[in-house]
Amino acid sequence: MKFDTPATTNPIDRGRVIGIPHDRIDGPAKVTGTAPYAYERHDAAPNAAYGWIVGSAIAKGRIGAIDLRAAEAAPGVLGIVTHQNAGPLGKGNFNTAHLLGGPQIEHYEQAVALVIADTLENARDAARLVRIDYAPEQGRFDLAAERDKGVPPPPGFGGPADTKTGDFEAGFAKAAVKIDQSYTTPDQSHAMMEPHATTAAWNGDKLTLWTSNQMIAWSVGEMAKTLKIPPENIRLVSPYIGGGFGAKLWVRADALLAALGSRMIGRPVKVAIARPQIPNNTVHRPATIQRIRIGADKQGVIDAIAHEVWSGDLPGGGAETAAQQTRLLYRGPNRLTTHRLSTLDLPEGNAMRAPGEAVGLLALEVAMDELAEACGVDPVELRIRNDVQYDPEAGPQRPFSSRKLIECLREGAERFGWNRRNPKPGQVRDGRWLVGMGVASAFRNNLVGKSGARIGVDAEGHVIVETDMTDIGTGSYTIIAQTAAEMMGVPLEAVTVRLGDSRFPVSAGSGGQWGANSSTAGVYAAAMALRAKLAEKAGFPADKALFEDGLIRLGNQSQPLATLAGREGLWAEDSMEFGDLDKRYAQATFGAHFCEVGVDIDTAEVRVRRMGGAFAAGRILNPKSARSQVIGAMTMGVGAALMEELSVDTRFGFFVNHDMAEYLVPVHADIPQQDVLFIDELDDKSSPMKAKGVGELGICGAGAAVANAIYNATGVRLRDYPLTIDKILAAQRVA
Amino acid sequence: MRPFTYSRAASVEEAAKTAATQGARFIAGGTNLLDLMKLQIETPTHLIDVNHLGLDRIEPTAEGGLKIGAMVRNTDLAADKTVRRDYAVLSRALLAGASGQLRNKATTGGNLLQRTRCPYFYDTRMPCNKRQPGSGCGAIKGMSRSLAILGTSDACIAQHPSDMAVALRLLDAQVDAVGADGGRRSIPIADFHLLPGETPHIENALKPGELITSVTLPKPLGGTHVYRKVRDRASYAFALVSVAAVFGKDGRSRFAFGGIGAKPWRTDAADAAAPSGAAAVAEAALSGARPTAQNAFKQQLTARTLASLYRQKGA
Repeated sequence: MKFDTPATTNPIDRGRVIGIPHDRIDGPAKVTGTAPYAYERHDAAPNAAYGWIVGSAIAKGRIGAIDLRAAEAAPGVLGIVTHQNAGPLGKGNFNTAHLLGGPQIEHYEQAVALVIADTLENARDAARLVRIDYAPEQGRFDLAAERDKGVPPPPGFGGPADTKTGDFEAGFAKAAVKIDQSYTTPDQSHAMMEPHATTAAWNGDKLTLWTSNQMIAWSVGEMAKTLKIPPENIRLVSPYIGGGFGAKLWVRADALLAALGSRMIGRPVKVAIARPQIPNNTVHRPATIQRIRIGADKQGVIDAIAHEVWSGDLPGGGAETAAQQTRLLYRGPNRLTTHRLSTLDLPEGNAMRAPGEAVGLLALEVAMDELAEACGVDPVELRIRNDVQYDPEAGPQRPFSSRKLIECLREGAERFGWNRRNPKPGQVRDGRWLVGMGVASAFRNNLVGKSGARIGVDAEGHVIVETDMTDIGTGSYTIIAQTAAEMMGVPLEAVTVRLGDSRFPVSAGSGGQWGANSSTAGVYAAAMALRAKLAEKAGFPADKALFEDGLIRLGNQSQPLATLAGREGLWAEDSMEFGDLDKRYAQATFGAHFCEVGVDIDTAEVRVRRMGGAFAAGRILNPKSARSQVIGAMTMGVGAALMEELSVDTRFGFFVNHDMAEYLVPVHADIPQQDVLFIDELDDKSSPMKAKGVGELGICGAGAAVANAIYNATGVRLRDYPLTIDKILAAQRVA
Repeated sequence: MRPFTYSRAASVEEAAKTAATQGARFIAGGTNLLDLMKLQIETPTHLIDVNHLGLDRIEPTAEGGLKIGAMVRNTDLAADKTVRRDYAVLSRALLAGASGQLRNKATTGGNLLQRTRCPYFYDTRMPCNKRQPGSGCGAIKGMSRSLAILGTSDACIAQHPSDMAVALRLLDAQVDAVGADGGRRSIPIADFHLLPGETPHIENALKPGELITSVTLPKPLGGTHVYRKVRDRASYAFALVSVAAVFGKDGRSRFAFGGIGAKPWRTDAADAAAPSGAAAVAEAALSGARPTAQNAFKQQLTARTLASLYRQKGA
């Protein structure tokens, strides 16, 4: 099915199951421990041996010699994989560095060996006995030092490196009010609950990987390319995933080394990347340096806006496209965005929840707060004045498919009690706390991708859906079941959903908040095909038949689906392909974040007291899991604002604080009441579901609202994330 | 983790005797030791379990103080009625540390012996004089934001991570131990933890095999007990700066500090400066500080934290 004209009324609009808050249908399996995760597939791959990854002790250079004798002689050791015995390996398109290093070392903790043993303890112990001589080379580890060597990155998900509209320099020069500030954001770690993990088993030349992965079809291709075997020889199974945030968009060393290890010893092998290895072995969100210039009139109406971004990555890597939202969020005829990419020899930078916007808005939305103050305009009002209903780079001929930023700002402000904010900073005291409020817009592009599904109905009238879509904790199982139930006219309990298996039709997968809308649209397409088959069997015209109460109905005639399905059951498969509606219309999700913080008058400890947000993201398929997505992302925004930072040791070239004791993310005590409002919206240009993504929107701007609240509380403007006690104290000393 | 053998001691004397052998370590709650063993920072060949020796009681002493068994869990100690009434700073310090789950396992003796959280100590590929004597210090010119500014040396700037020990230092606790020869002694808490000097791997005054059996508190001080811990998130993080204080009714007060010292930090000069106010206490306490560029803020933060305590005391 192709989606290339705006959706009209369709079965989803009945809204009997879709749009109703539902508990996640996979919840009971998860809380009873019966949902199998990748490292626990005793059921599917019994007798698995354990692999332990040895990571490089240097950041850049070459392996001279490897001495495996002591490790091989250690108790229980079954084999050791290194580049010397792994055979010829390719590299996936999405991997920047090789998943198995050597002889060249590309980054610290890059896997250089896998020690396989009968127990985890023996493998881990023997891994310490692997002796590797390294010849280190000087690397580049300091983004600030390398910044000016940056070059335009190749275009990717974030669009072109640079965009220009009008004449920014001229517009900025004559602007009545000017903001020109620089901001920095640090490297960040995904820190998902479940580490990267894989169990691998070979049967002849066929490989099965039970792994924790967001993108099944991509990853089959990547593994095939890396192992130099045909993709049809690989089955990838990933039904349950303990979080990913982008870290599991690609195959990582666990998958490759489990496959190589299993091939070596002729037995299933399982590998998890240990928590202290994850920050340096896998991927992270790259640090950025950002400069924002805004020229406006005295009322705050923007005439010129420029956002320049610098980031770094390994050779062949990509940029953090932090100026993305600045291309679309606010009005202004004169515009400039640029991205520059420097070469760094730190571990691989890559996508983390809302790549681009999550850190771009940390800068842009603070700059907007600064503009509001410079103009003496309320920050909510300033954003409303600069709303634009079309792509401001392309002009009015490319309108937004739907854009309710103003509604989000107004309704969000009302609910939050924004009118109680004192615009003058540093005025409100509550005991030992200075109290302030901040606002920020939320923006995240709405991406769509081809997505397929297979749907069947059996002799009991039970509906089964199969797609390689993944549920990374987001709630995919439930919204897919809701979609199938709505389309087929059966209750939610009559639907079984099977996900995350490369034997199922290829879906859009989970990433870039495209999964919910795209994958349910794929189920919609398959369900339309099944409805047609059932109607034909019933002798009803497909476009007139109603599906409800487990029946297909036409007027006062009806037949049970169960009867039509018969003993064999009836199946249909289709996919949703997206035409050019996302080219003709700018498609994005919007919101407004509000935050109240307290800052200790003595110690500068920051405590978030309240958060509230209003969001417009098309049809909200399951308000309960959508809210969970948003509050989780808001929490991550607090982390980005206040504490998350991978600290770079520029001498050794690694992230020093590489465990959860030192890489801080918010704990319960950091997170207060969070209020989420979804603004009613149906986007008929996004898909027949009229939905858009919501999994990343909540992080976008959340941290900036915290930063702006700190400013309102204290009068201290910080532009160097995270906003820690030491930085606030230093700024107070200057101020 | 290296393979190791395990035994349960039948008595404290036997435990101490066995522990004097090469490669033996006591195991109590294991909340720190097991992590370090997995990372092969600690590689004992034999573990002696001391959890079942009756060291889990809290009893009054003849002198009017309190004797806390070395195996009393942090949770139980923090919740003890007498501790809450007479030594509230200890209860507050305990509850500021770790998480509920960890406090359920962690013991009084083990907490005193917990090792630093310096990230270079934790990565065995990095130089660290504490982990591998003579290998150098990765932290002094590296990521030192969380590390100590007082009592450090050119060999080591690791901070002592304990909250409980800061309160014990404030309360002038005695650490009671039995030696490998069966002899018993009490070590004043001030002398228990050692400064790194040129031997940062030697962290306390215990002799090989010596087992902590209890911690004894002198009779209650009275006054107002405060423990204030400042950190990068609201819970479950080590202190950037912590201050334990007892404000006396007579204007005499005492202070001990966490997060800033190579050991739980307390000076007579800081206590003596109490009547002069927070700034004077801070100046006295921070005398001789050797901060790095990254952790110099801890000086100001110490002063601010003291100011906060004084402000609240007045309120």
